Amino acid sequence: MAEATFLDTNELVLNMGPQHPSTHGVLRVILKLDGEKVLGTECVIGYLHRGVEKIAENRTYTMFNPYVDRMDYVAAVSNGLGYCLAAEKLGGIEVPERAQVVRVILTELNRISSHLLWLGTHALDIGAITPVFYCFREREEVLKIFEKYCGARLTTHAFRIGGLQYETYDTFEQDCLKFCDWFLPKVDEYEELLTTNRIWVARTKGVGILNIEDCKHYGVSGPVIRAAGLEWDLRKAQPYSGYEGYEFDIPTGQAGDTYDRYIVRMQEMRQSVRIIRQGVEKLPSGPIKGKVAKVFKPPIGEVYQSIEAPKGELGYFMVSDGSTQPYRLRVRPPSFVNLCALDRMCRGSLVADVVAIIGTIDIVLGEVDR
Amino acid sequence: MPDEEKPAPEGVSSDQDAASEEAKKPAESRAAAGADKPAAAKAAEKPAASSEAAKPAEKPAAKKAPPGMATTPWEGPLVDRLRERFGDEITEFSTYQGDQFLVAKLPAAFAVLQYLKADEGFDYLVDVTAVHYPEKGKPFEVIWILYSHPHNVRIRVKTEVAEGESPRSADSLYASANWLEREVYDMFGIAFAEHPNMTRILLPDEWQGYPLRKDYSIIGQDEDWVRENLNIESGQ
Repeated sequence: MAEATFLDTNELVLNMGPQHPSTHGVLRVILKLDGEKVLGTECVIGYLHRGVEKIAENRTYTMFNPYVDRMDYVAAVSNGLGYCLAAEKLGGIEVPERAQVVRVILTELNRISSHLLWLGTHALDIGAITPVFYCFREREEVLKIFEKYCGARLTTHAFRIGGLQYETYDTFEQDCLKFCDWFLPKVDEYEELLTTNRIWVARTKGVGILNIEDCKHYGVSGPVIRAAGLEWDLRKAQPYSGYEGYEFDIPTGQAGDTYDRYIVRMQEMRQSVRIIRQGVEKLPSGPIKGKVAKVFKPPIGEVYQSIEAPKGELGYFMVSDGSTQPYRLRVRPPSFVNLCALDRMCRGSLVADVVAIIGTIDIVLGEVDR
Repeated sequence: MPDEEKPAPEGVSSDQDAASEEAKKPAESRAAAGADKPAAAKAAEKPAASSEAAKPAEKPAAKKAPPGMATTPWEGPLVDRLRERFGDEITEFSTYQGDQFLVAKLPAAFAVLQYLKADEGFDYLVDVTAVHYPEKGKPFEVIWILYSHPHNVRIRVKTEVAEGESPRSADSLYASANWLEREVYDMFGIAFAEHPNMTRILLPDEWQGYPLRKDYSIIGQDEDWVRENLNIESGQ
């Protein structure tokens, strides 16, 4: 129970969402309030539930591939990478090096576009209207590269089990490098707008603190745990797709608050640029697809494969019964698990901070609900 | 999708089919040993398999539960310590494709998790999920995926659960288990004991049925709920 205030107000229950501009989709949060103070929250999710895991059991491995793009639709390339890696692990398929490097380049471009979308909307939620226009301007350039590569901008279906479907287009390398050169100063530009902005700092510093112990307890991964100070990134800890051959740093914060998470993501975009440059530099020639049977039929077994998606650890747990369809496919969504910590982060803060905290976790409801 | 075919390499079938053929062998031999009409059983199985390959989109009426995977034993200091502590409460230590997992008996599962968290540094519960094998005596397999930040190791703890049995919730150990176990309950109907809020999470509270069970059809849904709450007839 709350301590009595001088007005002796009763507890107030407030419904936020499911239709609310700052919940980034259809998230309903029930807030228990004492005046402006949040006593507790409860999330109601599932509005976008499409039964993705059930669908997987009724499709072949190849047919299910495009479905994963529809989970975290702002980071479709990452979803596809995780899915293909899991299927390749299950089937014991080796991916040629060229395909691996192209995968890394596209995935990092996708990380940038995902972070840009996050930054724009997060700043908008908090009241800074300008960044969203800048972010979408830069994101457009990433989407153009995707479009030139595979014809799609959002749900790209860029990768196939065993490698890639398409060879890169003629000016792919130049486009990537040109983007990198052009993009880095833009990150400085965002930082100029926000990092020392007094309103931004006041709205984000000390808001939604989650320390390392809490992060581990709640199973939080990705930029949120790095902002709390843990230097943990699956690209380094358990490298996949050749990430061990790239030089990059893991940005971390200290306070584990909304401001640090912002700083971490800004740094991550710069690191992604570094990785893309290295990828373009070492892009070898050669085949783009490994040996995969026309009818992909992995042997009986089960594997778990996870990647560092822009939002955290994205895992696929696949069970094969030796047929062409997965016997069971489980998606371990980072947004879902990270959202679980919302209550912990919101308790004791103000109503206005809830908006900032939902934004800072960086959720996509398509992935939460699947 | 026609574009799927184009660049598929020439010698596609060789490795892949050989591997799956090999994986099938132990299953068939076991079936032969157990069944009274091995030849007939084999003959019945063959055409079923080939027709499935021809029409991959069509699902056979009742899928067989995987008879077993080609695992290798998992050895190491961690395994030794677990063996010493839990004895025959843990029935299997295996690795498959580099993934390490152990199978614990249901009553011991919570104690194993507790020990792994407290004494072995598995401080991060990655995922809780389940698999339904209707043909098995205990049809459900509940799986906890654990990761240790200090040791950079990932393992899976599995346990078999019969219909109506309740594994003890890991919520008191890991807060992340709260939602993940609710999802398992939502999709499989496995209720976890001592969970603070064992309710559905993705589906509506009044929904009937558990969608990820194998007997739940892909187009199946709670038609009464849809009619009552959405005022529409099910489109399927």
